[in-house]
Amino acid sequence: MSEHLWQPSAELDSLRQRGELLRNIRNYFHQEDVMEVETPMLSHHATVDPHIDSFQTVFTPLGTKAQEKLYLHTSPEFPMKRLLSAGSGDIYFLGRVFRNGEAGGRHNPEFTMLEWYRLGIDHHALMDDVTGLLAAVTNFEEQARFSYRELFEEEFGIDPHTATDETLMKLTHEYVDSGLSGLARNDYLDLLFSTSIEPNLGDYVDGQIQGVFVYDYPASMSALSRIIVNEQGQKVAARFELFANGYELANGYHELADGHEQRARFEKDLQERELLGKPVYPYDQNMVSALEQGFPDCAGVAMGIDRLHMLIAQKRAIKDVIPFEFFRA
Amino acid sequence: MASYATNEFRSGLKVMLEGDPCAILENEFVKPGKGQAFNRVRLRNLITNRVWERTFKSGETLPGADVMDYDMEYLYTDGEFFHFMMTDGSFEQHGASKAAVGETINWLKEQEVYTVTLYNGSPLSVTAPNFVMLEVVQTDPGLKGDTATGGSKPATLSTGAVVKVPLFITEGEILKIDTRTGEYVGRQQK
Repeated sequence: MSEHLWQPSAELDSLRQRGELLRNIRNYFHQEDVMEVETPMLSHHATVDPHIDSFQTVFTPLGTKAQEKLYLHTSPEFPMKRLLSAGSGDIYFLGRVFRNGEAGGRHNPEFTMLEWYRLGIDHHALMDDVTGLLAAVTNFEEQARFSYRELFEEEFGIDPHTATDETLMKLTHEYVDSGLSGLARNDYLDLLFSTSIEPNLGDYVDGQIQGVFVYDYPASMSALSRIIVNEQGQKVAARFELFANGYELANGYHELADGHEQRARFEKDLQERELLGKPVYPYDQNMVSALEQGFPDCAGVAMGIDRLHMLIAQKRAIKDVIPFEFFRA
Repeated sequence: MASYATNEFRSGLKVMLEGDPCAILENEFVKPGKGQAFNRVRLRNLITNRVWERTFKSGETLPGADVMDYDMEYLYTDGEFFHFMMTDGSFEQHGASKAAVGETINWLKEQEVYTVTLYNGSPLSVTAPNFVMLEVVQTDPGLKGDTATGGSKPATLSTGAVVKVPLFITEGEILKIDTRTGEYVGRQQK
């Protein structure tokens, strides 16, 4: 076994296909006049998202023994937002990001992310753009758009925005696992969604990827999106995700532009990390300052390129689409 | 017994769940982009043989199960238990219940070596080798001049098992049986 470990985990044909995919993505943005940006992979700040962990490293200036903590980026989002505040206009990033602890069939600790921002549009218009990109780089068709609420009503007969934590827990026991208790509201929602809804979203038929957008997430899952009011008068997150063949491909927001609100959310995330016993990292004060200085109305989305490639190539594991999976890297 | 965390759940690992020993079949890491990580795990309950689908928070642990496979030779049955002896030279004997022997009763032959799975030192299950040689004790006479092609007929083996055999097989012949499918593979040359 070990004598074969020098070999790539993906077939060379698969890697050729990846090269073409990356080239087509860059062509699309070139034609759309969106500027490619390279943001720092090494940063003095880290994400404070309670469920994303950063790799940490140390910078030692030559001739000293000083140890300066640095983090590998988990997403280019913060520096990209600083560029937007500085007047960059539409921008995209295509490259590797790093997430500690995430290894499994569809997860690799480093993976390729495409992230882009468009000025003056909301998350619905950005869904059009996502469809435009995918149709340009592969055989893709948008199948449907559903609100998060619609899907829960259809599957479980409940409104996810008003259901009590008790109701969500009971449904989780019924549909997922009776041993899952004492979780946070978002965990129950995630478990119900990923077990009973997500597997049926999107399709792959005759070589065509058929995508389904899900939009207006619970306000408790707003992350970095703004909060809006839906037709029912409920507060929801202006956020969407794209699913195809039963798994998540992209996650987008009508971006939060309020620096004060952003600071409050970061502080809350830090508290949650502390509560979960996770390392507490310094958040990006520069990003908050950028928002406070004036942030353009824009929508942004991140797309997992390895997942997209898996779909195109009809591979089940991420190791089949990257040259060297984690264990061979 | 050691404990195992979800990231150590590999196919074949034996763990305790709700008081029963289970074998891990599959372990899928599930992580929403912005949410807590979970592991979706398929396990086989080794007592009931039922497959369970369970979801655990990533990092949760389960105690390991004291389940081990041993090669043992089948000796005899006293009517209630089926007695096996270790082939490691220890001559240690274990009595397996009818439930532990299960379907393998169809392929039990003295002096043959079986895989006996011990749980806390007692036989939990008995697995036959892939192929066993068994004698035909009853079958109707075949048609004269028949060859390997054509129909089949039932034959009762020394263990009591009934298998489909070609028409040319006669009583007293020794047959090679695939225990995984219960099918006739061939006969011992006379």
